[in-house]
Parts: sequence; structure tokens; C-alpha cells
Amino acid sequence: MSLLANTLGSLGATFFAFLAAIGRVAIFAAQTLRHALTPPFYIKEFGQALLSVGYFSLPVVGLTTIFTGGALALQIYAGGARFNAEAVVPQIVAIGMVRELGPVLVGLMIAARVTSSIAAEIATMKVTEQIDALVTLSTHPMKYLTVPRVLAALLVVPLLVGIGDIIGIMGGYLVATKTLGFNEAAYLQNTADFLQASDIISSLIKGSVFGGIAAIMGCYYGMNSGRGAQGVGKATKSSVEAAAVLILAANFILTGIFFSA
Amino acid sequence: MIKFEGIKKSFGDNHVLRGVDLHIPKGESMVIIGGSGTGKSVALKCVLGLVTPDEGTILVDGKDARAGDRDAFLARFGMLFQAAALFDSLPVWQNVAFRLMRGSLKRPEEEARAIAIEKLRRVGLKADVADRLPAELSGGMQKRVGLARAIAAEPEIIFFDEPTTGLDPIMSGVINDLIREIVVEMGATAMTITHDMSSVRAIADKVAMLHDGVIQWTGPVADMDKSGDPYVTQFISGSADGPIEAVR
Repeated sequence: MSLLANTLGSLGATFFAFLAAIGRVAIFAAQTLRHALTPPFYIKEFGQALLSVGYFSLPVVGLTTIFTGGALALQIYAGGARFNAEAVVPQIVAIGMVRELGPVLVGLMIAARVTSSIAAEIATMKVTEQIDALVTLSTHPMKYLTVPRVLAALLVVPLLVGIGDIIGIMGGYLVATKTLGFNEAAYLQNTADFLQASDIISSLIKGSVFGGIAAIMGCYYGMNSGRGAQGVGKATKSSVEAAAVLILAANFILTGIFFSA
Repeated sequence: MIKFEGIKKSFGDNHVLRGVDLHIPKGESMVIIGGSGTGKSVALKCVLGLVTPDEGTILVDGKDARAGDRDAFLARFGMLFQAAALFDSLPVWQNVAFRLMRGSLKRPEEEARAIAIEKLRRVGLKADVADRLPAELSGGMQKRVGLARAIAAEPEIIFFDEPTTGLDPIMSGVINDLIREIVVEMGATAMTITHDMSSVRAIADKVAMLHDGVIQWTGPVADMDKSGDPYVTQFISGSADGPIEAVR
């Protein structure tokens, strides 16, 4: 009886801790929104965040999506051959990249590259008292550190997703036309004909949501890091884990909203 | 000018401040001494709102430190942090001029840079340091840059948190002398926390001994050696024997 009670108690405590963590992140996100709407605005920091989150993520996004698009073409061609459906490669690569793989892969790459970087930078600033220094210099840390990064991610990650979608499709195109014998013009025509505006819009919306999640988790764990090198390491690791899981969960929910009918 | 009234602060079961009462008159340099972990930094951070006391009041010019316009309140303060706390991503001059480039004290960039270079010169650094990043500087130079940042906006009140920690004796002496010169020159009210007795003697007008969460003794620095207070006597002598436990 006591074992059962202990187990249930432990499960209950874990559940309530989970709810409390969600509540803290939600409050943090709401505070970020409030600070984003009230001056002062740090334009220079916003510009730097745009470059850091967007421009410098282009190589990893491009490499990830081009290989994925190529692999997807090979898989669909091999799988489709089992029931004589090899010709659907352009359509499936396009829909797979734009609806799912593009946004999710870019989101996860941003979680790996940007969330970790934001969390480590802000956590280091916290343990070296740079956050305290900001406060004593009359600068709100959320306005100066969090808002520019979150806004930049909300705006620039959809662009990265759009670029990733195109590069992924081009990966499939290169594999299909150079190794699988597809006609170049017909491949592009099939891709263009099959994709709908709603596919592209859903992809970009997913990108914005995933970017917001990635930046908020980086800032949240950075601002709430523990002391010392161990605190910085734990904050970085937790931020990437949380961002990756939340991105995949948000992708499931958004996919349900956009395509369940 | 700054008055602590019954300040208490606990972190879980650790009761760091148990009722601190202290008065720092305008223009005076008060040094708070005490062992590591006795709450000196917490007391200082309570004034700036970086830590919120559980009980008690801190008055600055008779007004509650937590009330009123926060930006205007903080604009009266400068602070030198223990490890300087310079912003890694900004060049030295932008660290020094940080407050002058934002908020209510914002100036044109050229003017802010000129002031930063003048403050760097005041702390003994040449203009060519201005465009370097903090990571390219030695510990002593970083402390000087931190000092230049603390005085950049001509504050009325300056806080120094362990200003000589991690520095060699010669550099410690240089920083101590700089702090004393600047505080006197600016007519600022200063509050320093340290356990470096050479700093105490160089910087202080008055000394307060913090132990067990309360101020055990306070008085002019000239009276410190003959205070008769067992905590102060043990601390100055660095003896393991006395009311302060050697192992905490």
C-alpha cells in the first residue's frame, strides 16, 4: 500500500512540476510579448539577432535540406517501384519537404544551433554578473536580450524554412534527374503543379512558431540557469531538449489544424 | 544618504541577513568587511533591487529604494562588479559608454565615445584600448574598464564589489588608490565590500563588520585597530581563534 502511495505521490509530484514548468515558460513568453510592445526598442540588437539567427544559419539549413530532399527522392523511387508508382517522386518530394520535413528539420537545426547558442550566451552572462550589470545600467535584460532574439527568430525562421523547402526540392530534383532518369522540365512542372498555396503558407507559419519556440526556450533557460560552468551546461542542454520536443509537439498540433480535414 | 533598517534575507534555510542596520552619510566611503558568504554582496544588491529583502527597508535620501522611477533611481548609481562583468560582445568603449548610449542619459555616439575615452584615461588606460574586446584585456585592465564604466555617467553613489579580488598586490594597490582618488574627486558616496584589509585602509572613511547576518561593529577606519570588538580584531589579525568559526 505504501509502495503504491509512494509511486502515485511521485507521479503526482512530477506531473505538478511539469505543469509548473509550463506555467513558468508561459509567463516568460507573455512577459516577452509585453516587453516587445513597450519602448525602449533595441534596434541594433535586433539587427544583430537577425544576422545571427538567420544569415549564419543558412549553411546548416541548406546542407540539411538538400541531403534530405535527395534521400527522400531515392526512398520514394524505391518504395514506389513496389507498386509501379515511381513517377510520383516530384509530387511526394515537394509535399514532404514543404509540409513536414522542411519546417521540422529547419526547426530542429535552429534548436540545435540557435537555442543552444542563446542559452549558453545568456547563462554565461548570468553567472558572470553581466545580467546584474545590465540592470544597474538601467537596461531591462528581457528588453535587451530576449525581445530582439525572439522577434528575430519569429521573422527570419519562416524565411529559412522557405529557403530550406526550395533547397530540399532541388535536392530531390538533382537526384531524380541525374540518377533516376527523370526529365528535368517535367520534374519541375510536376512539382509546381502539385504544390498549393496552403502548403507553402502552412510551412511558413510552422517556421515562425518553431522559431519562436527555439528562441524563447534559449532565453528562458539562459535567464534561469544555475551557477558556474555546470549551470551553463545544464541550461544549454535543457533548452535544446525542450525546444526540440516542443517543436515536434507543435508540428503535430499544427499539422492537425492545417490538414486534418 | 543610504540607510538600511532591519534588512533580512534568507535563501531557503540559509538566513544570510538577519536584521542589518547601517547608515552611510552623503559623501562618505563606507567599507563593509566580513568573511566569504556572510552576505556582503547580498546587502549591496538589495540596495539596487537585484535582490529583494524579505523584511526591512532601504532608504536612499529618505525615500524607499523600491519606490519611484526605477530608471531615474539607478541613474544615480555606478557599480564595479567583482569580475568587472564587462559585456563580452561589445568593445571596451561601448562597455564604458553603455549607459550614455541608451535610456534617459543617451548622448550622440561621438560624444559618448569621447566621454568613454576620457574615463579610460582617468583610470590609466590609453585610447587604443577603446576598440579592443574585454577578452583581450588582462584582469587588472578589465577592472579598470569596469571602474571607468562605473563612473562614466558621473554617479552620486558608487558601489565596489570586491574590487581587488584576483589581482596581484601591486595592481590591487593601484585600483585601491584609483578608487579613493575618484571617490574624493567626484564627492561621491561609496559603499565597498571586501575582505582585503589593504583595500579597507586605502578606501574607507568608515568600516562596518558584517557577521552572522548583522552589523557587529561600525566606526571610523582609524578606530578599527583599537575597536575592541572581538569579531573585528579576529578578522584584522586573520586568526583562527575567536568568535568567527574558521570553518563555515
